[in-house]
Amino acid sequence: MVVALPIAALVWSSRSGGVSGSFWDAITNPEALAALKLTLAVAALAALTNAVLGTITAWVLVRDDFRGKSLVNATIDLPFALPTIVAGLVVLALYGPYSPIGVHLAFTRAAIWLALLFVTLPFVVRTVQPVLLELDTEMEEAARSLGASERTIFFRVVLPTILPGILSGVTMAFARAVGEIGAVTIISGNQPYRTEVASVFILNRSQAGDPAGAAAVAVVLLTISFVVLLAVGAIRHRATRYERG
Amino acid sequence: MPMNNTRKMTLVAAVVAALVTAAAAAAGTNLAIVGYSTPKTVMGKIIQAWQQTRDGQGVTFTQSYGPSTDQARAVANGLKADIVFLSTGDDVNLLVDAGLVDSKWNRQSYGIAADTVVVFAVRDGNPKHIKGWADLVKPGVQVVTPNPFSSGSAKWNILAAYGAERRLGKTDKQATAYVQQLFQHVVSQDTSGSNATNTFLSGKGDVLITYESEAINARLQGKNIQYVIPRQTMLIQLPAAVLQKSSNKDAANNFIRYLKSVPAQELFAQYGFRPVNPTVAKEASVQKEFPARPGIFKIDDKYIGGWRQADKVWFDLKSGRMVKIEEAVGGPSSG
Repeated sequence: MVVALPIAALVWSSRSGGVSGSFWDAITNPEALAALKLTLAVAALAALTNAVLGTITAWVLVRDDFRGKSLVNATIDLPFALPTIVAGLVVLALYGPYSPIGVHLAFTRAAIWLALLFVTLPFVVRTVQPVLLELDTEMEEAARSLGASERTIFFRVVLPTILPGILSGVTMAFARAVGEIGAVTIISGNQPYRTEVASVFILNRSQAGDPAGAAAVAVVLLTISFVVLLAVGAIRHRATRYERG
Repeated sequence: MPMNNTRKMTLVAAVVAALVTAAAAAAGTNLAIVGYSTPKTVMGKIIQAWQQTRDGQGVTFTQSYGPSTDQARAVANGLKADIVFLSTGDDVNLLVDAGLVDSKWNRQSYGIAADTVVVFAVRDGNPKHIKGWADLVKPGVQVVTPNPFSSGSAKWNILAAYGAERRLGKTDKQATAYVQQLFQHVVSQDTSGSNATNTFLSGKGDVLITYESEAINARLQGKNIQYVIPRQTMLIQLPAAVLQKSSNKDAANNFIRYLKSVPAQELFAQYGFRPVNPTVAKEASVQKEFPARPGIFKIDDKYIGGWRQADKVWFDLKSGRMVKIEEAVGGPSSG
């Protein structure tokens, strides 16, 4: 009831398509299409980047020992707790016009990507970390004693085992990135057709008195996220098939 | 240090007195004000002042502030309100359409509680020499203004730009072309006026088109912000209205009347709003703080024709001029 009811209401209110005509008109409106394309592309890019960054982070946290490790470990979860508006402000302070490090990326598409990286990193780290912890190092040692290089060991032994974890983290990161608004609205500039993501488009539409048009685009986002979450389910199923026998 | 008995008694008496006062107030009238963001501080001061008067004694307030259109929509969707104080007549019309505000709200004794004008906030020392509308479309000038479909502030800005051009003798076509040219210089379109101010304060852009009251408000909060009032600009009239279904109509009407009194209007002036009370408007300090401009026009100007007309021509989501301008400036055909 908690989940299904609001979703049903959303679909119901989107069916008329709002002031722009039919449902189809609402989602093929050029500004909506531009926003949807941008959202999917940047979210996918951010999720894939985090596949690499998140896996490396998880690897370091599991396999290496260093001073302040528990501190770093706790820091990883901060984006979960932080209102994403704050994440936006952080990115703006770092890469904005008054950047202390001289990087001026705010109000570009790259800034959206950076904000999404920050917000979604913990999803990958937290799904890969437990898999790495459970990983049996004996397999790696066996490979090593058979003369395999470190490279081969990683790509032939370690990666296949943790891949379902990475994929599952990436899909969650992607779904989260698709719906993100707080951080993005602060650093993107929200220029229609250029840096306006779907969530901001939806907000603008609903404030402009077109809740049905907003709902129509939301249904598209929701459908995409749903497909992605289904994929996560499938991956989890596959990943655990050995344990279930 | 342990308290002696006299102190304990004083403390108990104070607590009891506080509780009794609170209970008395709770039993009295409570007015719910739903307003837009900028007047939050000044409204607090005006309420305090009103509570010192005979009418306002014992009346308590529930206050909510946020983006104007959001607030109007919340009220339309059932948020309890006795009084609304919004940034555009457009948002009051939204409540008129919902049957919550009298359609003649603007013709009654109240209506507009304070004024402000559209100004250009600029960087320290005005390095790009921004004086009038023509300077905004010079090569290399970056402009920050909110999204015209979600922000009331942006609507004022666009109508001010168009109206100013008309007053400078341009035709409808030329003035509309100017707005399009202006949007080619726009580098950020935030979802609200206050977000646009934050974007400008973060260092983006050379000019922020905003309200004079918003600029003064930012300055009062210690932000380093300078502004230029163009010769041709829009007088922004800030409407306050009583809800038809208010159960405290008398108190609400009294409060709205008080908003236009000398003490309340002086507070408005102190916090950056142009007073509508003629006595206060004539005060020397007020005239100095809020210089007059020869080319000031209002929303019901013949070139704009009031909110309903402006909404249809400029901000209709399907056929409005801003839809076409946004597409021409940023869309696939713009290259």
